Amino acid sequence: MHYTRGHITFSRPGTCIIAKMAAVACRGVRTVLGKSAGTSILTHQSAKFSTLREMATARKAVLAAMGVVGGGAAGLAYALNQSVKASDLELHTVKFPWSHDGVFSSLDHASIRRGYEVYKNVCAACHSMKYIAFRNLVGVSHTEAEAKDEAMGVQIDDGPDDEGMMFKRPGKLSDYFPNPYPNDEAARAANNGALPPDLSYITSARHGGENYIFSLLTGYCDPPAGVTVREGLYYNPYFVGGAIGMAQALYNEVMEYSDGTPATASQMAKDVSVFLKWAAEPEHDDRKRMALKAIMMFSMLFTITYYIKRHKWAVLKSRKIAYKPPQ
Amino acid sequence: MTMPLRKVHPLFKIVNNSLIDMPLPSNISTFWNFGSLLGLCLIIQIATGLFLAMHYTAHIDLAFSSVAHICRDVNYGWLLRTMHANGASFFFICLYIHIGRGIYYGSYMTFHAWMVGVVILFMVMATAFLGYVLPWGQMSFWGATVITNLFSAIPYIGTDLVQWIWGGFSVDNATLTRFFTFHFVLPFIIAAMTIIHIFFLHQSGANNPLGVSSQLDKVPFHPYFTFKDIVGFIVMFTLLLILSLLNPYLLGDPDNFISANPLVTPAHIQPEWYFLFAYAILRSIPNKLGGVIALVASVAIIMILPFTHTSNFRSLTFYPLNQIMFWVLVSVLILLTWIGARPVEEPYVITGQILTITYFSLFIINPLLLMSWDKMLK
Repeated sequence: MHYTRGHITFSRPGTCIIAKMAAVACRGVRTVLGKSAGTSILTHQSAKFSTLREMATARKAVLAAMGVVGGGAAGLAYALNQSVKASDLELHTVKFPWSHDGVFSSLDHASIRRGYEVYKNVCAACHSMKYIAFRNLVGVSHTEAEAKDEAMGVQIDDGPDDEGMMFKRPGKLSDYFPNPYPNDEAARAANNGALPPDLSYITSARHGGENYIFSLLTGYCDPPAGVTVREGLYYNPYFVGGAIGMAQALYNEVMEYSDGTPATASQMAKDVSVFLKWAAEPEHDDRKRMALKAIMMFSMLFTITYYIKRHKWAVLKSRKIAYKPPQ
Repeated sequence: MTMPLRKVHPLFKIVNNSLIDMPLPSNISTFWNFGSLLGLCLIIQIATGLFLAMHYTAHIDLAFSSVAHICRDVNYGWLLRTMHANGASFFFICLYIHIGRGIYYGSYMTFHAWMVGVVILFMVMATAFLGYVLPWGQMSFWGATVITNLFSAIPYIGTDLVQWIWGGFSVDNATLTRFFTFHFVLPFIIAAMTIIHIFFLHQSGANNPLGVSSQLDKVPFHPYFTFKDIVGFIVMFTLLLILSLLNPYLLGDPDNFISANPLVTPAHIQPEWYFLFAYAILRSIPNKLGGVIALVASVAIIMILPFTHTSNFRSLTFYPLNQIMFWVLVSVLILLTWIGARPVEEPYVITGQILTITYFSLFIINPLLLMSWDKMLK
């Protein structure tokens, strides 16, 4: 067995397993890898390993048939999945064109600010956001002074004081958004037994995310014929089961935006959805910015290391192995 | 003649023999990169996990909040968390490709390395399962409840065993603390097992795509495979970063953003994607004990491969029919993964049952096909 690796030539006596293997392979694929040292091995290898153009018709047909069967099976599975999905009782949310949908698009911070106003004026009456503090608003939707003002606008339970008494004080930046109810039982009692969920993670905690929130808030309608909704519940086709304990909360001009944007129901729904998206993923903008940096940096690293790898392997990859049958 | 220090120093020569001078077949393909990628996955998981453990609190009243605290208040805590969660997915992607390569090219003939590898697979699965419980979301709690309850199917000792695992009469605080303990310690045991895996591998050396003796043409690990592995590391790390930074919750379940509530059962309880194939097999068997046996068998069945290998050649390179069977097996696993995520209703139930039968049948058909192909070639 003789080997030529670049400028190095060496030989190894003894076994000829590769030659035997090649002979077996040749029988199958009708190539002549081990035929003679004088023939261009590389030509044969390129013929063997190359492309559709070089492939036998039967092999092409088998591959095409497998492709068709595979594609058909995948299509069937998808159609099956969709048909079963369509038999559900609730409506599946539509995907809306959010401005933050782009791969590197940030959240609309003016919308976050308006969404916060919707939350404060409408949602906060029933829903807590226990993981969001007023300090989180700073630099996102409010200046520090504005966020302090927002915090001071709420009364926070604190204590005990020096006499062991609990007391109320104006909020500070470090305070979390106040819970509208003292506990879950009080919340249930005030809402016909339904517990209004905490909204800190609501877009992450629902299939469809902000699309679902928007659909739900704007999806209230009369129940279709044959559907009756129990007293104290409201029909909403986007809610699982269709009957939701929360009444429609957003109507046109139910509040006023500080920036003068017309407060239509859909505008408020959109803004509060963006606000809730930010609340669930406050790192949203940072991570996309970091992604851009990471992609640029690692693309360069990949290019350099791949080049070095190719460089190191070049000699090995371009060597010729010649089989000389024993004399 | 003076030998280089790396070859004579008792410590350095271990590194030298594994990462510098070790001879490897020149023709091993990119599929051989996944071993080192798994090492990188383990390092990423241990590194991110250590930092997460500094801020995590293993108590049912605090676990969910502590994860929220990590994501919101800890510097780059959200990145640590998403890297750790998605790192688990990448770990399994690499594991499955690594095993798939082993099946395709007959690497299981390195018997001890293969068996230790299967043990590592089970340990990684256990670690991932334990880790998924820690955020104490709805799917964490109910996943833990469903999976630990499977042990109750064991005759006679089942119920006692489950309560022993729980440390009480339900999944509760004692369960969470011990799950955290084991989730913390298992990766280090996995690291030790990996060394044993590599030790056994180096007894006979790496396999190669042709399945013929690897002794014929070898090249040193450095520089060839050091640089090849570095390229692999960068590709995988980039993909992990892209997933963690652009769509970090793509592979997660929305229910896990709801704090665990033992009084509210989610409509669809399902594990993470990498367990769905086994979960689909579990649900395909109407009998509980039968389902549990099938679940374990779905993974453990790869231990029989060294015993059912009767063919003349090691790899499937020279067995076209078995190549087709291999890709059928891959397709069946993908379809089982899809079925595992579907609700338990028709037509998914019957589809899952057919796929389960097909999955196990392939492990019988394959050796028979290998034998018949060998006969044809004679």
